[in-house]
Amino acid sequence: MTMKRREFVKGLAVTGVAASVGVFRGSAAAAQPAPATGQAVLSGAEFDLRIGTSSANITGRARTALTINGSLPGPLLRWREGDTVTLRVANTLDEETSIHWHGILLPANMDGVPGLSFDGIHAGQSYTYRFPVRQSGTYWYHSHSAFQEQLGVYGPLVIEPREPEPFQYDREHVVMLTDWTDENPERVFARLKKQSDYYNFRQRTVGDFFRDVRRNGLGATLSERKAWGDMRMSAADLADVTGYTYTYLMNGQPPAGNWTGLFAPGERVRLRIINGSAMSYFDLRIPGLKLTVVAADGLPVKPVEVDELRIAVAETYDVIVEPAGQEAFTTFAQAMDRTGFAAGTLAVRSGLRAAVPELDPRPVLSMADMGHGAHEAPATAAADPHAGHTMPAAEPADPHAGHDMPPAQPTDPHAGHDMDAMARIPHPETERGNPLIDMQTMMPTSKFDDPGIGLRNNGRRVLTYADLRSVFPDPDGREPGRTIELHLTGHMERFAWSFNGVKFSHAEPIRLTYGERLRITLVNDTMMTHPIHLHGMWSDLEDDEGRFMVRKHTIDMPPGSRRSYRVTADALGRWAYHCHMLFHMEAGMLREVRVDEGTRS
Amino acid sequence: MSRTLLSALVLVTLAATASAQTASPATESPVQRDAPPRANAPSGHEDHQAPAVAVHQHDEAQQAPAPAELPPFIPPVTDADRAAAFPDVHGHAMRDNVTNYFVLFDQFEWESGSGPDAFAWDTKGWVGRDLDRFWFRTEGLGDDDGLSEAHADLLYGRAISRWWDAVGGLRQDVRPGSPQTWAAVGVQGLAPYWFEVEATAYVGSGGRTEFRLETEYSFLLTNRLILQPLVELNVFGKDDPEREIGRGISSANAGVRLRYEFRREFAPYVGVTWDRTFFGTADYARAAGEPVSRTRFVLGVRFWM
Repeated sequence: MTMKRREFVKGLAVTGVAASVGVFRGSAAAAQPAPATGQAVLSGAEFDLRIGTSSANITGRARTALTINGSLPGPLLRWREGDTVTLRVANTLDEETSIHWHGILLPANMDGVPGLSFDGIHAGQSYTYRFPVRQSGTYWYHSHSAFQEQLGVYGPLVIEPREPEPFQYDREHVVMLTDWTDENPERVFARLKKQSDYYNFRQRTVGDFFRDVRRNGLGATLSERKAWGDMRMSAADLADVTGYTYTYLMNGQPPAGNWTGLFAPGERVRLRIINGSAMSYFDLRIPGLKLTVVAADGLPVKPVEVDELRIAVAETYDVIVEPAGQEAFTTFAQAMDRTGFAAGTLAVRSGLRAAVPELDPRPVLSMADMGHGAHEAPATAAADPHAGHTMPAAEPADPHAGHDMPPAQPTDPHAGHDMDAMARIPHPETERGNPLIDMQTMMPTSKFDDPGIGLRNNGRRVLTYADLRSVFPDPDGREPGRTIELHLTGHMERFAWSFNGVKFSHAEPIRLTYGERLRITLVNDTMMTHPIHLHGMWSDLEDDEGRFMVRKHTIDMPPGSRRSYRVTADALGRWAYHCHMLFHMEAGMLREVRVDEGTRS
Repeated sequence: MSRTLLSALVLVTLAATASAQTASPATESPVQRDAPPRANAPSGHEDHQAPAVAVHQHDEAQQAPAPAELPPFIPPVTDADRAAAFPDVHGHAMRDNVTNYFVLFDQFEWESGSGPDAFAWDTKGWVGRDLDRFWFRTEGLGDDDGLSEAHADLLYGRAISRWWDAVGGLRQDVRPGSPQTWAAVGVQGLAPYWFEVEATAYVGSGGRTEFRLETEYSFLLTNRLILQPLVELNVFGKDDPEREIGRGISSANAGVRLRYEFRREFAPYVGVTWDRTFFGTADYARAAGEPVSRTRFVLGVRFWM
């Protein structure tokens, strides 16, 4: 869908001025950037935030947004590592609200998940968050109540480090990517429950069939269509909610609003990229500039130079660019399903624009994307060291063909059996015959070196997880004492989402013991991609050989993937653990992780 | 390299912990987590004195293993930590078990062709959750002389596998003939290649039985212009002279409708349908001087809410 420019130039009542001078390196946290900025910035250790309603006009139609201090996104909060911050959050709505500090280490009752970490902030009430800041980098914050995040309750969060970071820059800008809909998200959710492809107007048509026959021959086309038909799934199913209803925003501005970050030629500019979307992955690039990725999810990584990166929902990446030779560069973030884009400009002064690229063609999923091994696999089927089980070829795709799979949970990562490279993987017993599950992957791999659907062989150097290496070694150092394997599960037609086929309402908490080091292995048994976020503790991603790669707070799980990470259970309490696709989470893809003290004598 | 760094890190954390442990346990050390003041919200929480157990929490979950000694870089738990970790809460609310509804007027149309012009509907819907739903279906046909056919099913449906629901309930016929009630049992769902299928068996008074099979498909000519073929077959176990139905396959209906989805919820269509009666039912028709097959054009709107 092409952007209707006319619709976007109307009032930007909530989102304000679009040009940002940015923050200069060396300015202390207390120093505000130049007053011309459109992004509200609050710095220090004491903050007053007010959640309320604001009139918003993003698309040409007046809507009510839920905002923090009246702006969308909420104000940029700048904390300092080592400070104890106090945040008084007042709720002026007539419903419960909450603020969760995404990726921040804190006591459980400061984490902001109603019903798990505190009681929520009731209408007309306020809550004071107070905790010491024990980390630095780029993060964000958002409501964890109902669909408020989709309605605007989110904002960027930057923590100044105590020690110098291992990279240099002259100026910085936050680039927060989000998705906006004029519809009530409750209605969006209800529509997805009634017709899960409601928002997908990119399904393959009869015309596509004949085009594929011309290109690939009748036999190949029929066989490919048969595989999807057997599964009763759609190869064009890339996003549940699309540009049909979404307008994609950069720092609250639609593309026509042209958010602009200023630079002086020759400067090294740090972009703090945050995906604060409810449901949208973005592929971001700045034509004409290399992106040097220096941090992921707030923490520094060994620098890697790329042309483009895919940012999952809730992830953050810090990149350094060195704009020069042109007065303006377009920061272009196309939605993964190519139904729209967010865009802004890096420029030497406001009012400039550079060429905006065309959207890439709509990608189509392959059986290899689903982890079914067939056809040309994009990533090699590298043996996963944690999949060390000899398994019978169980779990045929047809649910009526009978199930004779042995129980699969919990799995022992060190069972050390030879893995038959062609053996299908085991699945949890709770998935067996479960009508909440519409598929199971057969031969998932880590896909670390796979740029992902729609980004392969596009002529650009695209960041992959294989590029990410923390600048520090494994901060814990212990071998995991056990492995918890969880499968990401769902049913597209019913729009039901879960772990191991069990929705939150019916699930037990996952129990950890304070102080233990364990491994979580995730297997994606769905055709959608899921960003999995554990509150309160880091997720230390392991490579295919089981070595520490990178410390993150959100792990992207493409379809057909299996990925493992280590967790140090150093945070007592009850924590949310969930897919950060808002509608997947609300449909059941959340578990409580409960860290209790052990019974040491 | 990493080994050296790791050793350094362990040393640093050991040192930090050692210094922390020399401090009084009551005071906060630099390493221990600061225990923030509990629940500063001034009011609104008094009503919730429920125990610190969420509604969905049960204790026989996966048992965490017996703990090892805490490594030096993980601080021991203080009472303040405990208080902060397990506040009184009322359970996390989500929408993973909410009740939804769906009402689809799949056919809502005017028919013209052989026989008198008529109005017809085929409507279905559900109220329920992901796996349990109450379904209704109703079909009917009428013209200037009134309703010639009208019936409704009220069914409870339960998901029995990935793609199939089992349904059971009642059907009430208003026309043709005098009203009659049937017990219904069947399956419905999505067959491979996205054929939507409803197969239902009915048992009525006096040992009457009927089996009805309906299947439809959607060809996307574009993402909004959709061609929907449909086939329906009726089989009866007994002669029913009052309603002029013979035993065995009684009738079949095939149709194809071309709709345009202005919105997902609203799609006008045109189409053509073909009806045929068979065997005993066809004999009744012939005896009454009626045709055994009819071809008709339809004009209607498919909509849902």
